[in-house]
Amino acid sequence: MTAEAPLTAAVEAAAPAVPGPRARTTTRYLRYGAGKVAGAAVSLFAVLVTGFFLFRLIPGDPVKTMTGGRPVSAEQLDSYRREFGLDLPLWQQFTEYCGKALTGDLGTSYQFHTPVVDKISEALPNTLILTGTAFVLYTLLGIVLGTRSAWRHGGLGDRLNTGLALTLYSVPSFWLGLLLIIVFSVGIGPVPGLFPTGGMESGGEEGFAHVLDVAHHLVLPVVTLVAVEYGQTLLVARSALLDEMGGDYLTTARAKGLRDDQVRRRHAVPNALLPTVTLVFVNLGRTVAGVILVETVFSWPGLGGLFYQGLSVPDLPLVQGLFLFFAGTVIVMNTLADLVYPLLDPRVGR
Amino acid sequence: MTAGTGEPVKDGAPEAPGPRTLARRRRRASAARFWREYRTHRAGLVGLAALALFALVALTAPLTVGSDVSSVTGAPGQPLETPSGEFWLGTDRFGRDLLGLVVWGSRVSLLVGLLAAALCVAIGTLVGITAGHFKGAYATVVMRITDWFLVMPTLVLAIALATVMSRSLGTVVLAIGVTSWPTTARLVRAQTLAVEARPYIERARALGGGHRHIMVRHVLPNVMPLVLAQTTLMISSSILAEATLAFLGLGDPTVVSWGGLLQDAREAGSVSSGNWSYLVPPGLAIAGVALAFTLCGRAVESVLNPRLGVAR
Repeated sequence: MTAEAPLTAAVEAAAPAVPGPRARTTTRYLRYGAGKVAGAAVSLFAVLVTGFFLFRLIPGDPVKTMTGGRPVSAEQLDSYRREFGLDLPLWQQFTEYCGKALTGDLGTSYQFHTPVVDKISEALPNTLILTGTAFVLYTLLGIVLGTRSAWRHGGLGDRLNTGLALTLYSVPSFWLGLLLIIVFSVGIGPVPGLFPTGGMESGGEEGFAHVLDVAHHLVLPVVTLVAVEYGQTLLVARSALLDEMGGDYLTTARAKGLRDDQVRRRHAVPNALLPTVTLVFVNLGRTVAGVILVETVFSWPGLGGLFYQGLSVPDLPLVQGLFLFFAGTVIVMNTLADLVYPLLDPRVGR
Repeated sequence: MTAGTGEPVKDGAPEAPGPRTLARRRRRASAARFWREYRTHRAGLVGLAALALFALVALTAPLTVGSDVSSVTGAPGQPLETPSGEFWLGTDRFGRDLLGLVVWGSRVSLLVGLLAAALCVAIGTLVGITAGHFKGAYATVVMRITDWFLVMPTLVLAIALATVMSRSLGTVVLAIGVTSWPTTARLVRAQTLAVEARPYIERARALGGGHRHIMVRHVLPNVMPLVLAQTTLMISSSILAEATLAFLGLGDPTVVSWGGLLQDAREAGSVSSGNWSYLVPPGLAIAGVALAFTLCGRAVESVLNPRLGVAR
């Protein structure tokens, strides 16, 4: 770029209409970003449509499901239909539903009789604490173990690491959670219960004691999530680094006299990181599944636990609202990641 | 990888074998080569042995335990007995023999896993080959849909589908199959693009081969090995997904499956009472089968594509 600079300056002077390299890069990035954002908008709309039609596939009358087989008069059924807009033609229901969803109205839960949005915003912080902690831990653990494994591939450490990751990856998360509860909360034999069996707080504590209490409740759910999710990151990071291992620039780095450790940390790993991070975001959908199960097993008062409560009724507005929320969040996160990559790695999106 | 419809037979050799014989011989040779490579992957062999064992248990279950093991009314023991000489793993919350239930449950878990994986790989292969073959607007639209499904929280979608449909095994198969195909579609499309760039496709086209002929006779045999590896990996995740749906109470309530057993165990309060002998066997079975399929799939993958170096 520096060698080109005088030349481009000359070109720019001759023809001011031609943008310089920096402006060109910016335009290209803007075009790339606009494409990604438009794609995300289409995806979000597809989620809306899916949410609408999926929950109207239900055999039978949703109003009858709602009243749960109780004897209800015909007028009451009619008034329920009007209340939930089920007496309108389908296309009108659809436009109304879209309009409401876009203004943040996801309907009223059948079982709690409160707006779904309120339930979601109530549970969201709890889920963020759990998922955020687990996400950071399993990504770091996966990358560190995966790159170490690839650097000494074929060795004993690599085989143990990969084997353990594959085994934990095959374990159903809810089962692992239940076993951890038995071993560490209920206690086996002489071992007393070390951690609470579920929930997020014991109640009654204030300030710092409360934080410690939540952290204490957080240990087992986070361990479960990290255990079942880190394997995927490990395998991706490992194969990404294996792809880089043949690179000439590594030979050059070694020829410069760098220590092995420096070659790995300063040269190889940064190049292997990008594909890993991409896949970490694509796999967010899998994490959502893990969160639902772990929150259910540990009665964590988050979105996943709420989803399970909605399923057992079935509380359709709640399940539908959470479906929209989960799918929407994953799409938005992926788009944000797409927008950040070109700033981190000049090879993307140019 | 080289399996495909053959070149015309060169003359000159005495009693030249027909093209069929040649193709068959070549296929046998490549299968033998595959097996020789596969044998060098120890983890793959372990997985294969475990699978053979699980298949044997599932297939002989009608002889060893019989279908009345799942009957609630004729339960032989008291509810929640601890392991004993009569009931090696104890009894479940209805007094049924837990060992028998785990053996009987293998049938449902394996069946649903296989069917869901077959459905998902079939959709993925169809989408992948057509998107790779017909380029242009069709491919763009189809790949956009694929990408959409790829980032979608699969389980949430499967749960939503299973919630709105009736509780049956067919629902579970459908819910898993239609939500988990995009990875296969992407892989198959990439492979299709690579295959279609080869000269013999051009030759087939020049000789008048239509779209259908090229896709079925030339591209499909070349993506089959990849599809095989992908199927093995998909079975593993389908079995996990089936167990998850059953655990959430979305499976078929009339059949015994491993996930359903775990749900029963949880509802019977075996977690708070520390009754681990009820919880461990079904979960161990799920993890064992899923791991066995994963090991096999990775071994097949690394035989077919050594550059990936997954199992090295």
